[in-house]
Amino acid sequence: MWRTIAGPWPWYVGGPLIGLFVPLLLLLGNRQLGLSGSLRAICAAVVPGRVEFFRYDWKTSGLWNIALAIGLLLGAALAVAISGVPTPALAQPTRDAIARLGVTNVSGLVPSEIFSWHAMLTARGATCMLGGGFLVGFGSSYAGGCTSGHGVMGLAARQIPSLIAVCGIFAGGVLATFFLLPAIH
Amino acid sequence: MTTFSGSMPNGSTVSEADGPAHARSRAVETLTYLAVGAAFGIVVVKTEVISWYRIQEMFRFQSFHMYGVLGSAMVTAMISLEILKRTGARALTGEPIVVPPKHLGTGSRYWIGGMIFGVGWALTGACPGPLFALIGSGATVYIAVGLAALVGTWTYGFLRPHLTH
Repeated sequence: MWRTIAGPWPWYVGGPLIGLFVPLLLLLGNRQLGLSGSLRAICAAVVPGRVEFFRYDWKTSGLWNIALAIGLLLGAALAVAISGVPTPALAQPTRDAIARLGVTNVSGLVPSEIFSWHAMLTARGATCMLGGGFLVGFGSSYAGGCTSGHGVMGLAARQIPSLIAVCGIFAGGVLATFFLLPAIH
Repeated sequence: MTTFSGSMPNGSTVSEADGPAHARSRAVETLTYLAVGAAFGIVVVKTEVISWYRIQEMFRFQSFHMYGVLGSAMVTAMISLEILKRTGARALTGEPIVVPPKHLGTGSRYWIGGMIFGVGWALTGACPGPLFALIGSGATVYIAVGLAALVGTWTYGFLRPHLTH
């Protein structure tokens, strides 16, 4: 039993659990699952400037999202403290593909060859971490949602805008994987 | 809920909106979402959806894992929404549950914004939620990724009046 809980959870366990956060948040306070709003709320709380997008009542409509995000951080820390940092049992074709990008050491959740403080000074490290981070913030705010907001919540509510966003997200991700990642290697 | 304005015993002035009852309910709300977020954080670590490696598998179409997670999450959420709708369930706060429709507009914000975010997701292996979870998992360099994401969000807010939506 413990070994099952401590080990990686299969998709048919984790997926439905993630889906249940949608009704949970609605029942708790009519909140829609999503996390890109936390970035907007943090900006509004810290450096709103004179930007209209950040001039809103973030305490009423955004604080809950910041709490959810910090909760994610704490929950992840708890999971790792109890059962360690998982290393995914990666598909062999993916191992081969990322080996061609110079990622040969599959260990932990992210490759240390790309994601480390040390790699910040390399072109690839800076592109993936700082450039990628910038695009995550810019794009998810522009699209008004991310994987959870559009991909789970929006699609479940049968929102056409979310379907368009999910298609865009996959198009961007596939293009970056096949063209951008090899180019910056 | 009772709110009042006036002077507190310690001499500080409170406005109506920030009365003690209001502050207390906000604290309860914040703690509740912290707990919900923590549960979510455990799930995203155990299912490995916050892993750059898993995201690579997904964008290369080499594993069913991510599609299984996201697909079954979506189906579970859809069935839940249907149940909530049919039972006319209300939120704990007493108000009816509503999911306001998103405005399509020209649709361009969804595909352009989505594509930009998708590129970022492939590069970092993280969307906004996993950014926080990865920091918690000990990958402290994601603090820098998260700060870059905040700069990106701020830049969007700044450029928003000039962008097509």
